[in-house]
Order: sequence, then C-alpha cells, then structure tokens
Amino acid sequence: MALYLSNFMWSWLAYTIAALVHVVLILSLVAGGALLFIWLERKISGRIQDRLGPTRVGGKFGWLQTLADGLKLLTKEDLMPEGADRMLFRLAPYISFAASLAAYIAIPFAGGAYLLGAAPWVAQHVNVGVFFVLAVLGLEVFGTILAGYSSASKWSLFGAMREAAQVVSYEVPLGMCVVVPVLIAGSMDLSLIGDRQAGLFTNWLIFHDPFTFIAFWVYLTCATASVNRAPFDLAEAESELVAGFHTEYSGLRWSFFFMAEYGSMLSVSLLAVILFLGAWHGPLPIATWLGLTAEHGAIAMNLGKLLGLINLLLKAVVGVSVMIWVRWTLPRLRIDQVITTCLKYCTPIAAGMLLGATLWQYQFPSRSFFGLTEVPQAVYHLREGPQQAVQNSGSSPESREGTDVPEDEIATVNHPARRGGQVSASDTIPQESIARLR
Amino acid sequence: MSTLVDDPRIMEFDVRTDEMLINMGPQHPSTHGVLRLVLRTDGEVVSEVTPQIGYLHRSAEKIGENLVPRQWIPYTDRMDYLAAMNMNLGWALVIEKLMRYEPPEKGRHLRVIIAELGRIASHLVAMGTYGLDLGTFSPFLYAFREREKILDLFEEVCGARLTYSYITVGGVTADFPSGWLQKCEAFLDQLVPVIDEYHALLTTNAIFIKRTASIGTMSPEMAIDYGCSGPVLRGSGVDHDLRRDGEDIYTAMYDGYAFEVVAEKDGHYPRDHQYPAVPHEARLGDSWHRFYVRMLEVIQSMDLIRQGIDRYSLATDGHGEPMKLTQKLPKGEAYLETEAPRGQMGFYVVSDGNAIPWRARARSSSFSNLWITGQLCRGCLIADIPSIVGSLDVVMGEIDR
Repeated sequence: MALYLSNFMWSWLAYTIAALVHVVLILSLVAGGALLFIWLERKISGRIQDRLGPTRVGGKFGWLQTLADGLKLLTKEDLMPEGADRMLFRLAPYISFAASLAAYIAIPFAGGAYLLGAAPWVAQHVNVGVFFVLAVLGLEVFGTILAGYSSASKWSLFGAMREAAQVVSYEVPLGMCVVVPVLIAGSMDLSLIGDRQAGLFTNWLIFHDPFTFIAFWVYLTCATASVNRAPFDLAEAESELVAGFHTEYSGLRWSFFFMAEYGSMLSVSLLAVILFLGAWHGPLPIATWLGLTAEHGAIAMNLGKLLGLINLLLKAVVGVSVMIWVRWTLPRLRIDQVITTCLKYCTPIAAGMLLGATLWQYQFPSRSFFGLTEVPQAVYHLREGPQQAVQNSGSSPESREGTDVPEDEIATVNHPARRGGQVSASDTIPQESIARLR
Repeated sequence: MSTLVDDPRIMEFDVRTDEMLINMGPQHPSTHGVLRLVLRTDGEVVSEVTPQIGYLHRSAEKIGENLVPRQWIPYTDRMDYLAAMNMNLGWALVIEKLMRYEPPEKGRHLRVIIAELGRIASHLVAMGTYGLDLGTFSPFLYAFREREKILDLFEEVCGARLTYSYITVGGVTADFPSGWLQKCEAFLDQLVPVIDEYHALLTTNAIFIKRTASIGTMSPEMAIDYGCSGPVLRGSGVDHDLRRDGEDIYTAMYDGYAFEVVAEKDGHYPRDHQYPAVPHEARLGDSWHRFYVRMLEVIQSMDLIRQGIDRYSLATDGHGEPMKLTQKLPKGEAYLETEAPRGQMGFYVVSDGNAIPWRARARSSSFSNLWITGQLCRGCLIADIPSIVGSLDVVMGEIDR
C-alpha cells in the first residue's frame, strides 16, 4: 500500500498513512475478535453447561454483552496494591497487549495474487514471518511476569512463575512443529507458505504427509499451552491461585490482559491455519472456479482475496472455538504434569515429526501423501520476492519454465499446466494486469 | 549486598530459597466457604498446612440451650447446609431416643426416602465442587442441575429449598403430597444415565485420574486414628457405615433394607462390575477413591429410595405427629450418631426435666475429616491442596456451628 501511495505523494507521508491504516485495521480485528470470542466463550460454555448464556444485551443472542461489560470495566476504580512496584504494575498489561497485537503485523490475511506483483494483505510483509510471529508472541509472557512480580501479592508471583516455566518450555516443541511446514514450503514467508497450499484441500500442509498431520496436533497442544488455555491454564488457576498473575488488577488494566489472551488465541489459530490448514484457500478452489483471479482484473482479484480473508478468519474462529470447547470440558493439569507433557511427550514427538518430514522431503520431493496434487509451479517464482518475480517475468520468460506434469496428477484448477502444459512466468502473470496494478 | 564466604564450596550447597507463608482463604475460591489454610511453601512445594477455623461460628449449641428441641431444628439445618435433612434427622432421633419414642412404620420409610435423597443431593454437590477444584466447570453445573430436581421435590414436600426443618421430633411436619412418589421415581429413572455421564467426565477422565490418583493417600489406620468417618473413612477401605453398624434406634430405620457398605474389600467394591474399573494408578485411600466411594453411594442411595418407596406404599399407619412444643423432656442424657453424607454426625442432649434441654451438643464429622489435611498435604504441591481438601468434602457450617 505504501509503495502504491508513494506514486502520488511524498514517501514519508505514504508510509505514515499506510501505517495508520494498518494499525486501525489490526486493532479493530483484535478488539472485534476479543468481543466476538468473549461472547462466543460465554455462549458456547452456556450451551455446554445447559444454560443459555447471555440473552439480554443486544437482542436475543446477547451480542453486546461483552461491550456492556467493557463499559463497566471502564468505569471501575483503578486499584493498585500498596506495596506494588507502581511503574511496572502499570506497564505490564500494555506489554502483554502490545506483544499480542504486534504478532498481527506479519500475519497475512489473504494472498494468492502475490505472484502478480501485488502484495498479499499483510500489514508489513516480513520474509521471515513465521519467526517474527513466534518471537513476538513469546514476548507476551514478559508482561505476565512483570505483573506477577510487581503486584506484591504472593498468589500473583506464583502465577507468573508458573507461566514463565510453562511458556518457556512450550516454545521449544511449538517452534519445532512450526518448522515442519516451513521445511516443506522451503520458506519462512507466511504468505508463501499460504500460497503453497492453493487448490484442493489435499494440498493443505496438514495432509502433506503423516508427519505434518501429527505435527499439527502437537502444534495445537503446544499453542493451547503457550496461550494459557485449559487444560494448561495454570497461571490463572482460580481454584489454586485465586486469579494468578492478574489477581490484583481491576478495571481497564485487567481487561487488557483479557484482550491479550484472546488476541493470542486468535493469532495462534491464525498461524495454525496458515501453516497447516490451507491458509486463505478453502477446501475447494471456489474462487478460481468463479473466476475471481488476477487474470480477470483487479476487482475480481480483490474479491477473491476477500473470499480468502473470510476463509482464513472462519477457520481461525473454528480453531478458537475448539480451544473454548476444550476449556469447558477438561480439568486442569498440575504444573509438574504440564512440564512433563511438554518435555517427555511434545518435544520428542515434535522432533520426530521434524525428522520424518525431512526424510519425506528428501525421499519424495514435492509429493504429498495423497499423491493427487502437485505444488502450483508459479509459487516458486516467489522465492525471489514480488519485485524480482515481476521483473523476471518481463525479461526472460524461457528461464521460468516449469517441469512437465502428467495430466492425471493435476487436480489444481488454477494449475498453469492446465492451460498450456508448459509453465512460464509470462503465462501466469499477464503483463497488462501488472500494468493495471501499478 | 556482599557476603563473605571463606570456602566457595559452601556457597554452592548453601543456596537456599526462602519459605513463604501464604494464607489460602478464608476468601479463596477453593476452600469451600470460609476455611482458612495457612501454607508454608518452598516454591510450589508445601511443607506445612494448618487449617484455621471459626469464621462461621454462630453459637448454635448455646442457642440450643435456650430453645425447645423442635425450635432448634432450624439451627441444625444451618450446620451442614448441603444436607439439612440429614441434620434434622440426627437431632430428631436423639430426642426420640431420650424420650424412648418410636416413630410409626410409614414415618420410618418416609425418613429413609428423604434422608437418602438428601445424601444424593449432598454427594452431587461434593462431586461438582470437586470438579471445580480441579479446574473443570461444566460437571459442577451438571451436578447442580440434578440437585435442583431434588430441591424441587423437597420444596413440594416442605416448602423450602435449602433449610427444610422437615424431619422433626416425633415424625415429619407433613406427609408426602399426592403424586410425589411418582415424581421421585421418575427422577431416579432419569438420574441413572446421568451418573454415567459424570463417570465419563470425571471418574474415568485421564486428567482427573492424573490429578487425584495417589494424591493424599490415607491408610486405614490413619483414617481411624484421626476419627475420620463417612466416605473419607470408607475411601480408605474401612468397612464401617452407621446405617448398618450404628445404634439400634438408628439402624432400626433401615431394618429390612438390602444394602452393602460401599468400601473396598479384597480389591473390589460391592457390585463393582457395573461401575468403571479402578484405574491402576489409584491407591486405596487416595483422593480418587474418596470421590469414587461418593459416586457409588449415590447409586446405592437410589436403590435404597426405591426400596423405601415400595415399603412406604405398603405401610398403612401415619407418618408420626410432631412433638408438642411444651412437651417436657425426661430427665437424663442421650447421644446418637447418624450416618450423614459427610460422616458420623453426633448429637448429644442433656435434660434436667424441662422442655428446654440443659445442654445441646453437636459432633461434626467434617471437623475430624478436616484435621487430617495437615498430615495429608505435607510435601504436596500447591495444586494438590484443592485436590485433597475437596476430596475430604468439608462444610464449614458444620465445623463451626
């Protein structure tokens, strides 16, 4: 966006405007997501427990209950314990929230047309996006520890120490699980990993081979643990630690912790969707069938992207709902059992899956478990980034020739081979559409 | 901040962590009311637990010395408020023992039905709150859903939902309304599949077993030494139930009823083939067994109620007239223990010949059951404390009185 705007104005202004727009979009996504998920949590837990959940505020389904509670929290007194470390106590919730929010900077929300020179829908394209998101999400624990330390309450301290031990241990298997799709896609670029899974759902990395399938479930476990959800919600175990690290918080500061929790829940499930569950691609390539691709112009392409965005968010909401469902079903583990689960089960399994996926890639390069699909060749143009891909496509179409693909192995509708048999960048990226986009 | 250490090796082995003294309660979510536990912890490991009580003291016994026995019935309601019917029964029986009064046949079966319903309601709460202690919320509401149905039945009988004052000296305040027995049977029929749900959600849940099996193990000798009773005692494998082993005036109530005491004998619970098997992690006397005994007692109580309904329908005499308020008590004293849901609830009464007892005294089972926490929690983790205290299932109203 910034690049596009800088055609019309000074580049610093273009970047500022772009940054503001992105911040507003991401903030509204996180805040709106938190509103939705808190409502969803109440509704799902209510239904699980033979209750109705909220029914009054905002019509029959209590849509606005969370908003009403938010208003109530705004009016609450901002209490601080007497012995608290005042600055850190004030700072902690913002650190947690900022970390949870910052992860969204590198998460792409729609892609697919990246190969046409237009950027995916991402606030800031980071070519090591996976790494960035994991690193920033890991920072959230910092706010928790500060909150526990500065509260001058023993229960808070216990909660913070538990969270520190837990999150730090779970980063290890989490990182290993994330490396599995990175290994298969051959890139740490989230939008590239997402585009790699275009086509039928058999192209999704979870179905790539048995190892990615198991790695997904390990990732789900570790992600649940790293965002402190049941059965790993030890840091705020109300039957043991009152409310854990946020015991002493009230009002808006408390709600920032809450928002951070729901923000991280959404971001880990977004990450799961992008890495394993086909990102913005639906189970069937409906957008391609409808002709919502770049070949049909910018409007069609953006409509296709919008469809992708809806796809991505729907899958992420399902992921969050699973976490909610688990929370209201299972009892809580004990701290030593949580660490045991991590060190004795998750880490070795994740390491084994990493090794297995490596061997699979070595033995059957670019073959998936179902054997039905091949990687869309055009995705490999992205290795060099959008700019180079466009330049290359203009200068030397012959250098981009793809391999021959047998006709019976083609299930991907937008596979370039369907249209010509031979793949070339100039075929995939029509010059006129690039010109229009610029 | 400089420390002088001559030998550097001392430093290595002399790094100590500070012990922390923490109050768990009286306003803590998992201490079941107003129990206060003073914990001495080293990190997550608890080295000492001291229960502190007295936050719910209402001088019930002193009040009992100023009221006639029937007037004190509402005060017994407020002792174990989760099993108020059984408290009423204990006090009514001890006065009847003092007066050498025997309730009519129909009243006897009526009391069995009501007392066993009360036991089910109490065990359902124990089960639900135990789930809550272990961090799962839903079974709690499932348990309360069923308990509500029992409260509806009680409400129809006596008009109250928590403090009934229904069973009283001489009989009960009113007979069952017409159609009540059918409703009661319908309730029991629909409870059977629900119990299996509880077993699926808690008893056989892998995390639940991890959290409870081999936690807070209490040997039978220890349980007897500390004066534990009820499911806590039977969870350690001691075959003792006052409904079978109690005094005649109490066991006469259960005369002719077929039931087995729920306690493990030779590695088996009675009729255990119908229930989920004991997991291999569980050891006799741990939190899991105490929970399991309660679950089996619910099924046993359902069986007793069915028998009671049959016998009640056949009986022809009345349900017993409540004692007159001005009735003078015979001179003397009486003590009787009954099998309340939480254990042996004893009432003691001394009379000098007036209508008002000279001394009224209650012996609470939760008091003895609670006192073993200091022993059980030594060396456990903080997360095990709710697991242990919850499995003892204490009610502070009964301890403080």
